[in-house]
Amino acid sequence: MTTFEAATGRDDPNRVARTASGLASKRILVGYGFWIFLLSDIIMFSAFFATYAVLVGQTAGGPGGQELFHLRTVGLETACLLVSSFTCGLANIGAQTYNRIWFYSAMAATFILGAAFLGLELREFADMIAHGAGPTRSAFLSAFFTLVGCHGLHVTAGLLWLLTMMAQVFAKGYRADILRRVLCFCLFWHTLDIIWVGLFTVVYLMGAGQ
Amino acid sequence: MLGKLSWAAIPLDQPIPMIASGVVGLVIIGVLVWITLKGWLPYLWREWITSVDHKRIGVMYILLAMVMLLRGFSDAIMMRSQQALAFNSPGYLPPEHYDQIFSAHGTLMIFFVAMPFVIGLMNFVVPLQLGVRDVAFPTLNSVGFWLTATGALLVNISLVVGEFARTGWLPYPPLSEITYSPGVGVDYYLWALEISGVGTLLAGINLVTTILKMHAPGMTYMRMPVFCWTALASNLLIVAAFPILTATLAMLLLDRYLGFHFFTNEAGGNMMMFMNLIWAWGHPEVYILILPSFGVFSEVISTFSGKPLFGYRSMVAATMAICMLAFTVWLHHFFTMGAGADVNAIFGIASMIIAVPTGVKVFNWLFTMYGGRIVYATPILWSIGFMVTFVIGGMTGVLMAVPPADFVLHNSLFLVAHFHNVIIGGVLFGAFAGYTYWFPKAFGFRLHEGLGKASFWCWIIGFYVAFMPLYVLGLMGMTRRMQHYDVPAWHPWLLIAAGGAAIILAGIVLQIAQLVVSIRQREELRDETGDPWNGRSLEWAISSPPPSFNFAVFPGIEGEETYWGMKQRALERARLSDEPAYADIEMPRNSPTGFVCAFFATIMGFALIWHIWWLVALAATGAFATFVIFAWRDDVEYIIPAETVANIDRANRSARSAALARLRTAQ
Repeated sequence: MTTFEAATGRDDPNRVARTASGLASKRILVGYGFWIFLLSDIIMFSAFFATYAVLVGQTAGGPGGQELFHLRTVGLETACLLVSSFTCGLANIGAQTYNRIWFYSAMAATFILGAAFLGLELREFADMIAHGAGPTRSAFLSAFFTLVGCHGLHVTAGLLWLLTMMAQVFAKGYRADILRRVLCFCLFWHTLDIIWVGLFTVVYLMGAGQ
Repeated sequence: MLGKLSWAAIPLDQPIPMIASGVVGLVIIGVLVWITLKGWLPYLWREWITSVDHKRIGVMYILLAMVMLLRGFSDAIMMRSQQALAFNSPGYLPPEHYDQIFSAHGTLMIFFVAMPFVIGLMNFVVPLQLGVRDVAFPTLNSVGFWLTATGALLVNISLVVGEFARTGWLPYPPLSEITYSPGVGVDYYLWALEISGVGTLLAGINLVTTILKMHAPGMTYMRMPVFCWTALASNLLIVAAFPILTATLAMLLLDRYLGFHFFTNEAGGNMMMFMNLIWAWGHPEVYILILPSFGVFSEVISTFSGKPLFGYRSMVAATMAICMLAFTVWLHHFFTMGAGADVNAIFGIASMIIAVPTGVKVFNWLFTMYGGRIVYATPILWSIGFMVTFVIGGMTGVLMAVPPADFVLHNSLFLVAHFHNVIIGGVLFGAFAGYTYWFPKAFGFRLHEGLGKASFWCWIIGFYVAFMPLYVLGLMGMTRRMQHYDVPAWHPWLLIAAGGAAIILAGIVLQIAQLVVSIRQREELRDETGDPWNGRSLEWAISSPPPSFNFAVFPGIEGEETYWGMKQRALERARLSDEPAYADIEMPRNSPTGFVCAFFATIMGFALIWHIWWLVALAATGAFATFVIFAWRDDVEYIIPAETVANIDRANRSARSAALARLRTAQ
């Protein structure tokens, strides 16, 4: 129970934004605040997107997107991430219905898919660096590695968070505050998907098609 | 083992930083010894450092701002005296040191004085005005504050260990690239701002959520005091602008640390992209600072004129209009880039349009005062001084928004005079007005009026004497950041400007004296009822200082200026409203999370600056462990029993009843 739940006397997760007393429930506050954080994160990505768009032609005589991007690998990465978003949604439902097997298996699937995405991305990066197309080669490659790498760092942080959440549910059960964190994690994971869709389009599809 | 760090990093051969840091070090050690001997350390740890109470965090933000103001102002004194002396001579500050001083001055004043001051005021006041018990995320609030303190600490460490940036308050590439600035100065700047930027973002998210989602019953959006509206606009801008700063500085870091080519001269880098990105954050930043000050003035002018604010709705509309327009004008900071006449014209016109909602606000304040019974207390003196000064600064701003004029004035002292005119006359005067106005609410006694007024007069006269000559010098062609010069016509004006800085110094000394004298005379200056200024909004409805839970019961809001309405009813009925039914209150437990996070952030920042990689890994692990331990807590709240709540509230009610009785006999 929190101040606000105490004030309103209940904590109904499906309640709409505001109670008669004007105080939102803790669940709504946390979700709302986290959404605002996600929006700010999207703005940070937009700065990297804008930079990429400015620098995409500045290859300084080095390789461009057409030579570097392999749509087959990237397609596989995309598939991993999109499916992981689905399993993440399943995990959230599992948590809301207190179904342990459902929750753990869906979270594990999300982890495996996320890790597979990350592995494919790292292999792509290593490949490019091995062929002399590292981030220091040209402004285009600097922008590419930063934009895609920033998303990759988010996925890494997400995986760390995912494991922490599984451990928390294991140790503490489906407490209200833990469920709120699961909700935030799911929002975070879906947002990474949204950003990847933009990334896949702007960087890979437009880059390989040029 | 220690990366780039060695004994050579300590500037033993330069007397000024060594003496300055020696004095600061002695003061810090002295304060620590004093606190320890007095046995206050456990109290400080329990009640302040680990506090998640928005009021205490607000106070700590403001304390940080005031201490950093002293540091930033000593830089200002050094610059003014250097330029006064450096006519046909090298002065007393060598160029590489002078460059660090103007860079540190700007960085400190914007990020560690103005920002924490306004965030501190918002943190303290907004929940009280909304009638709630805390911000949406109390522990996050503490984390945000301590990360800001980390940034300030890193900037100050640079005084002793290594050097600070010589690149100005915004590190324009290619000068800030590793080729031209190989030292650690720019790295200090970048990591200090990356870390404190995260803190600011957390504060912004927290306050946006608080204002949009937490209200006392009946406190609809259009009943919120204007300060809450300006706080909302300011925090929306924080959420929308600070990520751009984080991204931009991260790119410069990648350039410097890993040899990327975002802003370099070679391999396709584009340095003008830095200017675009940094000002896409930087222009909203000035509205982040000024909007809360506008809110303070609205509260102060209405209270001391004894009238409701004129044109509340137009004030809200103007605030939100400025919030939107803030993102449409960034290019006016570099008209000379050569974006072309059409682009410059669009941004010039957009910049001038901002003068319209600002003008609406100024007229609203004037009409609020018109016909009011104005009480000339210190807060309204700051407000009137603001109106006069800010209008002048606004007009010189509109002048520079004209691209052809800007080509003449760009990077001249005219520009320096302009932004000091709006930031001192706007942001700082607002901060001081808010400080004087809400001080009794925070501590239970008022600040000394006489010394406050004396300080105000020193500040405003000193401001005009110091900065009006800079307008003249700008028109005479003097550029900013000059270490020495040989133009005889400039010299007298720079001597006058140095005199102005000395008058401002007197103002600051008077402010310190005001604080000391007020603390010593706190019994005479005591605020018994919690309503020392005959206030109108909800924060004056509770005792000074407020109890940890702010409101014993949630106040019912039936219109604008809630507390004024409550007071009028009490006067009519000759008694307070009926005693409410008290209930247990659950409050968040204090937590050292913020402090521990900042501890690791400081170590990580320092290790990154000096390339001590193992320490970076260690600190990052520590920070992650702190999060997990925090997430593992079970008892996050404690209960204040209804009886305690009742006792606290009854004491305030009896003080208010007595005041009411006095008021009725006086009538």
